[in-house]
Amino acid sequence: MVAKAEKAAKEKKPFNLVKWAKSREGQKAIIIIAFITIPLLLLFVFTYLPFGEMVKFSFYKMKYATPVEKRQFVGWQNYIDVFKRKDCFSALKLSLYYMVGALLQLAIALYLATILSFKTKCSGLFKGFMFFPYLISGIAIGFIFKFFYTRGYVFDTVLQWCGFELDNLPYWLKDQRINNISLVATSVWRYFGQNMVLFIGAIMSVDKEMYEAAELDGANGFQQFIHIILPSIRTIVTLNVILSITGSLSAFEPPYVITSGANGTGTYFVIMNEIAHVSQKVGLASAMAVVLLLIIFAATIAQKLIMKYLFRNANETDEIKHKKRVKA
Amino acid sequence: MEKKKIKIKHRSVGGWIWVVVKYFSLIFFSFCAVLPVVSCVITAFKSDAEYQSTNVMTLPSSWTFDNFVRAFETAHMGRAFLNSLIVMVFVLIGAILVGTQLAYVLNRFKFPGNGLIRNLFLFASLLPAVAMQVTVYKIMGNLGFINHLYGYIIMMMGTDIISVYIFIQFMENIPVSLDESAIIDGASYFQIYWKIILPLLQPAIVTSAILKGVNTYNEYYSASLYLQDQNIRTIALSLYTFTGPLGNRYNLICAGVIISLLPALIVFIICQKQIYSGITAGAVKG
Repeated sequence: MVAKAEKAAKEKKPFNLVKWAKSREGQKAIIIIAFITIPLLLLFVFTYLPFGEMVKFSFYKMKYATPVEKRQFVGWQNYIDVFKRKDCFSALKLSLYYMVGALLQLAIALYLATILSFKTKCSGLFKGFMFFPYLISGIAIGFIFKFFYTRGYVFDTVLQWCGFELDNLPYWLKDQRINNISLVATSVWRYFGQNMVLFIGAIMSVDKEMYEAAELDGANGFQQFIHIILPSIRTIVTLNVILSITGSLSAFEPPYVITSGANGTGTYFVIMNEIAHVSQKVGLASAMAVVLLLIIFAATIAQKLIMKYLFRNANETDEIKHKKRVKA
Repeated sequence: MEKKKIKIKHRSVGGWIWVVVKYFSLIFFSFCAVLPVVSCVITAFKSDAEYQSTNVMTLPSSWTFDNFVRAFETAHMGRAFLNSLIVMVFVLIGAILVGTQLAYVLNRFKFPGNGLIRNLFLFASLLPAVAMQVTVYKIMGNLGFINHLYGYIIMMMGTDIISVYIFIQFMENIPVSLDESAIIDGASYFQIYWKIILPLLQPAIVTSAILKGVNTYNEYYSASLYLQDQNIRTIALSLYTFTGPLGNRYNLICAGVIISLLPALIVFIICQKQIYSGITAGAVKG
C-alpha cells in the first residue's frame, strides 16, 4: 500500500504541494508533525530550555529579577561554593538516612507482597489500608505528621500504651539525634504500600501453575519464595533498589513539609529551594542543581551497567520478560 | 468449619506459626499505615474544649462537625475545590490527548527521529522536578504564567513518559491490520486515531487518567510557586492557611486535612483495580 503510494509520488516529476499533501506520504508527514509538535514544544519549554538556562545561570551571580545586562559572570565560583559551603554538601550526607529508609521500605514491601500473594483472608482490605497513604498529598502528610510527632500526642501516646515513660522519649522532630529518622519514617510510611502493590503485580505475572506444582511437591511458603518468587521478580527488585539511591539523593518532601528543614533536617534540595526562592541566589541554586543532576546521571549510568552485569547470562529473566510481553 | 479446614490441610506446627506471623505482620503494618490518619479523624471530631482537655487518642464524648465547617470556611475550600476541579479537567484532557497522539505517532510510524524523541522523553524523566523549578520559575515568569490558573495547567500538561509508555504498550496489542483496513476504506490517519485507536485505548486511558489525576490533585510544590493568589489556590494549597497563627489548633487542621483527602479516598474505593494496575504498568518500564 504505502510503497505504491511512494512510487506514485516519485513518478510525478513536477512537485505539486497540494497533491503531495493529499498523497499517503504527505498525509503521514502531516499527521506526524501535527501530533508531535505540542508534546515536543511542552518538553522543550518546560524541560530542555530550563535545563539549558540552569547550566548557563550556574556561571552567573544573579537574582530572578536581575536584568540580563546586570548579571555578573563568575565562572566556576558557584560550583566552588557548592563544595565549600557547609550547608550544601553536608546536606548530601542526610541522603544516607533516606537511602537506608528506602532499602528498609523495599524489604517491608517485598515481605508483605509475598505474604499477600498467598491465600489470605481480607487481603484486599489489608492491601487497601497499606496502600492508601500513597494517595495523600504531601502537604496533608506534613500536617498529619507534625500532629503525630507532637510531644505527648499520637506517637507518644501509643508508645506509652506499650509501657514507655513519656519523660524518656525524645522530641521526635527537634532532637537532632533522631529527627531525621522520624522524617525518613514518614517517607517509608508513604511509599511502602505503593512498592508492595508493585511487587504484588510482578509476582502475579508469574505463572500460577508454578505455585501449584510447587505446592504439590510439598514446598512450603519460604521455599516457594526463594525458588519461584524471588528469581522471577529480581529484575524489578534490583531496579527499585537502584532507583531508591537516586531517589534518596533528591529527597525533598518530608523535611520540606514537616520541619521546613529546621534543626538539621535540611536535605540538599530543601537547601537548594531556600537558596533559590528565599535568598534568591539563582546562580548558586542552579549550580547545586547541576551538581546533583550530574551525580544522578552517574548513578543512572552505573545502574545500567550493574543491571547488564547482573543479568548478563540470565536466560531465565529473558524468558520471563518474553512471557510478560506475550501476556501484555 | 475451621476444624474441617485444618483436617484437610494437615497444618504442621511450623505452618501454624507461619499463619500467626503472617496475620500479625499484616495487622501490624496496616495499623501503622492507618494510625496517623485515624488519630487525625478522632481529633477532627473534637470540640475546642475537649481537644485541649483530653488525650489525642481518647474518643470524643460528643462527635461534632463544627471543625469541618470552620475549616472549610477558613481555608476557602469551596473555591479551592472548584480550582482543583478546573485544573484536573483541563490537565487530564490535555495530557491524554497529547499523550495518546504522541504514542500513536511513535508506535505506528517509522520516521527519522522516532528513537530520538523517545530518548528525549526518557532523559527528561531523569531530571528531578524540584531541581528544575529553579529555572522553570524564571521561564514561567517570562511567559506571564505565574499566578494564572492556565499557566499552571499548561505546565502540568507536559506529557510524562510513563503514561506515554502505558499507551504505547497497549497500542502494540491493537493489530495494525485494523489501521490498514481503515485505510482501504478511505479513512485518514486522523480518523484512524480518533475513531479506532482512541476508543480501543480506553482501559489504558482510564488507568493513566486516574494516576495523573491523583498526582495533579495532590501536587503542591509547583502550585505553591505559581498559584499564590488566594482565589486560584488548589485544595493542596488551601491547607497552607493552617500554618502560622492557626498552627497549633489541630482539631481544625485535622478537619481540613480529612476534607482534602476525601476525594482521593472516594476515587480509591471506586477505582482500586485501575489504580493498582496503573502502578504496576508504570513501573515495569519506568
